[in-house]
This record gives sequence, structure tokens and C-alpha cells, in this order.
Amino acid sequence: MIQQTSKALSRRGFLGQASTAAGIMVLAAACDKDDDMMPSDGIDLGSGDVGILNYAYALEQLEAAFYTMVIATPYSGISTSERALLMDIRDHEIAHREFFKAALGTAAIPALEFNFSSVNFSNRDSVLATSKAFEDLGVSAYNGAGKLISNPDYLTLAGKIVSVEARHAAYIRDLISNGSFADTTVVDMNGLDTSRMPSEVLMAASSFLKSKINGSNLPK
Amino acid sequence: MQFNNIIREIQQVDPEMTERMSTRRKAMKEIAGMGAKLTLAAMPLFLGSLLKKAYGQSGPAQGAVMEILNYALTLEYLEAAFYEAAIAKGTALVPAGAPAMAIKTIGDHETAHVAFLRSAIMSSGGTPVNKPQFDFTAGGTFPDVFTNYGTFLAVAQTFEDTGVRAYKGRAAELVNGGDLLTAALNIHSVEARHAAHIRQMRKANSFGDVKPWITGKDSGIGAVVQASYDGEELTTQAGVNIVNIGGQNISAAAASEAFDEGLTKDQVLAIVSPFIAQ
Repeated sequence: MIQQTSKALSRRGFLGQASTAAGIMVLAAACDKDDDMMPSDGIDLGSGDVGILNYAYALEQLEAAFYTMVIATPYSGISTSERALLMDIRDHEIAHREFFKAALGTAAIPALEFNFSSVNFSNRDSVLATSKAFEDLGVSAYNGAGKLISNPDYLTLAGKIVSVEARHAAYIRDLISNGSFADTTVVDMNGLDTSRMPSEVLMAASSFLKSKINGSNLPK
Repeated sequence: MQFNNIIREIQQVDPEMTERMSTRRKAMKEIAGMGAKLTLAAMPLFLGSLLKKAYGQSGPAQGAVMEILNYALTLEYLEAAFYEAAIAKGTALVPAGAPAMAIKTIGDHETAHVAFLRSAIMSSGGTPVNKPQFDFTAGGTFPDVFTNYGTFLAVAQTFEDTGVRAYKGRAAELVNGGDLLTAALNIHSVEARHAAHIRQMRKANSFGDVKPWITGKDSGIGAVVQASYDGEELTTQAGVNIVNIGGQNISAAAASEAFDEGLTKDQVLAIVSPFIAQ
């Protein structure tokens, strides 16, 4: 009962306009796996492995667009080392985005439009909190999507990318608080990282998307 | 001795795996609905029952999956024992404060991975391989591994980066593996988080000019660990050249960093065998 209430409250916050970075994880955690919250209008990601690749393409577009902004308008007090490594991350995300675009060819979804109005790009805390949320979300998205992939080659490719996202996540987390690279908010008592299904991930990401995404045909 | 047994065990192959797949998928589906309701502590048991259901009774029929789990267990034994020995040295090896806390965090995860994998194997009727005797000097290659902080972190980085590559290299064999695959992926990304942090520790102490990610095939350590980094320099993925892809300014360094590469079982065993006491 209590669980239900807090869940409802979290959703109401989301449906309102809770689009802060900190809200992403709360929302993702609040979204019950058994619920079918998948929006069924908007840009169709497709079905099967193509759908999963488009899903990854959408997430990489989001990350690439975010870090492009971060580098174009660096936060005040950014250090030389931070700028260099954030540029690396931007380039990695762009490489991921372009790879999926090339691999998908004509099956690729169009370029998405984003809304980063909730992020204060001149503020270090705001940028890093958003970055942390995106990276942890990305790791959990790939981890959760693995079992939905049929082609072993695609699974290997997803594996090549997810560990790089996890390296990003660890770095950003340590920038925010040294030693939080794998803390108990992401790693459980069995030493396992977090995984999320597409419905949870797309809901968490949707507050940063102007474009509507339809993941209802993805494998479940 | 023990290591030879391990190799024998993990070289077993399940020839009937393909035939088993349809039964396995059905079992996955049946159990899928339970997933959300399970507590974290119950996960190993859950995995065990999943395996049992998919592969039937114990024996060679379970070989393929059991072999991968025991392979993973061997690597986790190595990492867990490594950090355990380091932590036992106290501040003589790892400085108090943030460094000691980070090593404790990582060591705890490796110990948890051992328990998780052992439990998963046992509850499905399999037999976990025994923990080998380790020699973390690798036959004298790293004589000061537990007395020199720099050497310790260099070996730690190599183990973590190798661990990431080891899981990655075998993920494809678990395709359609349902929650078992998810668990393997969830360990894999934790190893990557560890690797990133250890690399930052080395950088902060000027032990090596490394970033949280792997550039080219540079170890930032030396030729002695090169086998753990060879192949990471790849800049072409699935036939697509990543350098300057799509007209973007992507360097070869960034292209190699953006994708981590897997290692085969044989490559990993060659890397870890010097650390197993003969």
C-alpha cells in the first residue's frame, strides 16, 4: 500500500514536469517492471533486434547531444583534466551514435530532438548530476536489453559499448564524490550492477526528449 | 594441479546445447514473470533453479553454461583473493582513507561475485571448481605486489581490465540466456566501474598516464601485461570504420576507447595462468 502510494506520487511528479537529473533514477526505480507504461505513439523503434539497436541509437543520440552541449558551453570552474575527459566522453558517445546510425542504415530512426532546459550548463553540479544519471541509466539499459537480443554478434557489440558507459559512469561519479564509482545505489549485495527494461528507461529519458518515442514493439 | 582440473572442466563443451535451446526458452518464459518479485538475496537460488529447469539434471548436459560459470568463478576467485591479501597488509600497502575504502569496496564486490557464482552453480546441481592456490607475484614477475603500492595497483588494473574483457568475450555464448545473461552482464559492468576507478588511482599517484578508459592498446604499465591489452586498439566495428565516422571528428584514440574488446577463453587463461601456483 505504502509502496503503491509512493509509486503513484513519483509518477505524478513525472507527469507534471519533474525533469531534474536526480528525478530520473527515482522515476526509473519507481516504475514497476510489470507495468506496461510503454508509450504507443511517436517514432516507432521497431521490433526484434532492429528495435533494440534503434533503442540504443536513441540513447546514444541523447548522450551525444548532452555532451556536445557540455563541451560547447563548459561549466564555470571546469578543470583542464575535466574538460579533456568530458571531450573524450563526448567523442565516445558520438562514435556510438554514428555507429548505430551506420549499422541500422535505412532502418534507423530519424535524428531526435532534445530538451535540456532542466540542465544548468554553467553549473558543475547540475551538469555532473545529469551526466551521472545518463551514464547509470545507459549502463542499466544495455544490461537490461542484453537478454532481448537474438543475434550473438549484436550482443557482443552491446557488450563492447556497455563497459565503456560503465567507465564513464564511474569517472563521473568519482568527480561528484570520490569513491562512489560503484556504490550501493547502483551495485547490490551480490555485487551486481543495475539493469532496466526499455519501458523504464524510455520513461526516464522522455523528459529530455522533444521527440516522442514508441517502444511498444520492442521485444519483451 | 588444480589449475589443470579447471582447464579440463572449462574445456568441456555441451554438444546438445542447440537442441536444448527451445526447452530452455520455454523455461525462461515460465520463470520470467517471477523476476520482479524476487529479493536480491534469493537471486543465486533463482538462477540455480533457472539453470536446472533449462538443462535438466546435473552432468555433462549442463556443460556449456556450467563451464562458463566456473570460468567466471575462477577469475572471481583470483580477484577476491588478490584484494583480500592486499587488505590484510593494511596501510603498509594501501594508504588509509579514500584509497583503502575504494579497495575495500572492490574487494567486497569480488567476494560477493564468488559467493553468487558458487551459489548459482550449486543450486543448479553443478559443482563449483575449487579455489586455486594463487601466486600474485606471477612466478617472480611482480615480486613486490603486496609491498609496493604502485605494483599492486598495476596488477589490480590488469586484473580488472582483463575481467571486463573475459566476461565480454563469452557473452555471446549466453545469447537468449534470460536472467542468467543479465546477471553476467551486471557483473561485467561492475568490473568496468572497478577498472575505471583503479586507473584513476594510478593516474592520481602518477603511477601511469592512463584514463578511465583504454586508449589504443596502451596499458600504462609495460610489456609484461601487454597480452591483457592487445586487440583493444581496434577502430573498426562490424565492418564500420569508427575513425571520423559520419563526417565527425573522431580520432583513432577515441575510436578505440569508445569500444572495449573481448578476449577468448584461451587468451584469458594464458594471462592468468602465471598467477596460479603450480
